[in-house]
Amino acid sequence: MTRRAAVLLVVLAALALAGPWVAPYDAGRAFRGFVHAPPMFPRLSEGLGVYPLVLVDRVEQRFVEDRTRTLGLPWRGESEPVFLLGADRDGRDVFSRMLSGARLSIGLGLVSVLGATLLGSLLGAWAASRGGWMDEAVMRSADFLLLLPIIYVVLVLRAMLPLVLAPSTVFALMAVIFTAVGWPFVARGVHAVVAREREQEYVLAARSLGAGPGRILWRHLLPACAGHVAVQASLLLPAFILAEATLSYVGLGFPDPLPSWGRMLADAGNVNNLARFPWTLAPAGAIFAVTFATNAALQARVDHRIRCPEQEVTTS
Amino acid sequence: MLTFCLRRILMAALLVLAVASGALVLTRLAPGDGIEEGHLLDPVARAAERARLGLDRPLAEQYVAWLAGAVRLDFGESVLYSRPVTHMVGERAVNTAILAVAALALATLLGIPLGVYTGTHASGIGAALARGASTLLLSIPPLVGALVLVLVAARTGWFPAGGMTSVGGSATWAAWVADVLSHLPVPALSLSLPLAATLERLQSQALAEAAREPFVDASRARGVPPRQVLARHAWPASLGPVLAVYGLMIGSLFSGSFVVEVITAWPGLGRLMFDALRARDLYLVAGTAAAGAACLAAGTLAADVVHARLDPRVRERHRP
Repeated sequence: MTRRAAVLLVVLAALALAGPWVAPYDAGRAFRGFVHAPPMFPRLSEGLGVYPLVLVDRVEQRFVEDRTRTLGLPWRGESEPVFLLGADRDGRDVFSRMLSGARLSIGLGLVSVLGATLLGSLLGAWAASRGGWMDEAVMRSADFLLLLPIIYVVLVLRAMLPLVLAPSTVFALMAVIFTAVGWPFVARGVHAVVAREREQEYVLAARSLGAGPGRILWRHLLPACAGHVAVQASLLLPAFILAEATLSYVGLGFPDPLPSWGRMLADAGNVNNLARFPWTLAPAGAIFAVTFATNAALQARVDHRIRCPEQEVTTS
Repeated sequence: MLTFCLRRILMAALLVLAVASGALVLTRLAPGDGIEEGHLLDPVARAAERARLGLDRPLAEQYVAWLAGAVRLDFGESVLYSRPVTHMVGERAVNTAILAVAALALATLLGIPLGVYTGTHASGIGAALARGASTLLLSIPPLVGALVLVLVAARTGWFPAGGMTSVGGSATWAAWVADVLSHLPVPALSLSLPLAATLERLQSQALAEAAREPFVDASRARGVPPRQVLARHAWPASLGPVLAVYGLMIGSLFSGSFVVEVITAWPGLGRLMFDALRARDLYLVAGTAAAGAACLAAGTLAADVVHARLDPRVRERHRP
């Protein structure tokens, strides 16, 4: 379980890094005359190719395929654009934007997961090994945060700050907010493990050999939490990607030219546009894919997500 | 049981107070106020409006005044809409509650029977299909589900894609109920499908665990028919973990309902709070937060009480 979770995180990180390189076109490039062009499906005729599109009705924005010619796949550098997943309302390639957006969406998710994991582990372990009223204070505030619907906490925190900000500021800000709401998920389990393990004989043995509290925490107690932390981290990733999508969808996330998945869904527009140009929903498929990969890697262990870690720890 | 309930009610009241106060203070600390975003342009009129609503007073003083009103359920006046917050929030909270209850009922009706089925049928095509569907549905967050269902509704016309009632309103009560019911499928389904999958998985695992208990074997040895073993012995014993989850699901129900309300134009609390946050409408933010926290607390409380009634161990654990 731990290994699978780790592999999944690494694969997604690679995907996020490689995304913009693999993308055939620049994410911001708008092709004139190809607003809301439909997807062109690759066919096997003289190698893998697609039929070029011809705009037949400017008012209805209707395209037909020109069956007399074929174009290669978009990486071949054809003279006409090739939209594997169609084009959006500005004539930008949805496929390229989705790949480029992976870096923003998954990247933000990973940075936030890292932050939440570090903060949660540190606070949980520190509270458990310290005990007393500070332990109580930290863990009670974690319980309080866990009780609240996360998206509302994120919304209130985000809305507190100026609504329009530069993209890099938005990225940092969202990472900080996600860390602030995500740490309790990690802290609760780490707290439970550390509180249980520090009474164990191997810890007493280490202490009797003269190991200080810092060494015991670092070398003995935190490694005992690795399994729980890995599982929580991989469950937080889709949650953070979804939170970014939600924030961007309602206009409090990444600003327009950026191709984050939530931003793209917001660009997909209202019910009428959705019904006419369903391919603009492609990023929803990407969000689904990441969530599904996580659930499949963790074998859809629902109880991990819902049961409190104290029980989880004692049963495993 | 009474002390248990009283303790939980006190905790719920504290939760509502903490959430509403937090929302009020955070929004007050944010740059700008509702007047600045509003329609008044004349500086004198703006200052007068600020003074009337108490926005020009120091935070502590304003907070105390608001709190004094809030305990009498007077949450002040909305800057954005110039209406009493209590009225607006009341309407919207009912709408969100309708959606949440519908989604929860749907999730229960779908998830529990399917979970019982997959929990008792370890092999077989039906069970494998149900398990596969659950894993799939578990990965469809309400944001994705709502967008896809809106697309389906708009293309097929099977049910309305947005809103809670049709334009023009309804003449009678029955017509209104029918109208709302016809608008429910898209938002309620997108909220409930992942929850139904969660319930299915949990019920399935819990039932499989319960079926291995010695008392189930014992009842089978006494010659109790298999159907009755399931209905009278195994299933009730498996309900513990399932019911425990209901209390926790209320939170994710609320989280999901925000985005569903925005996408399907359901006039609920989430949408109102979002608009209030954007307009820096201080009292409206605090009022919606209080109402949301109250709904959340009520749901959690109900789930806990049911759980405690059914499982004496929970009652004992909470005894001081």
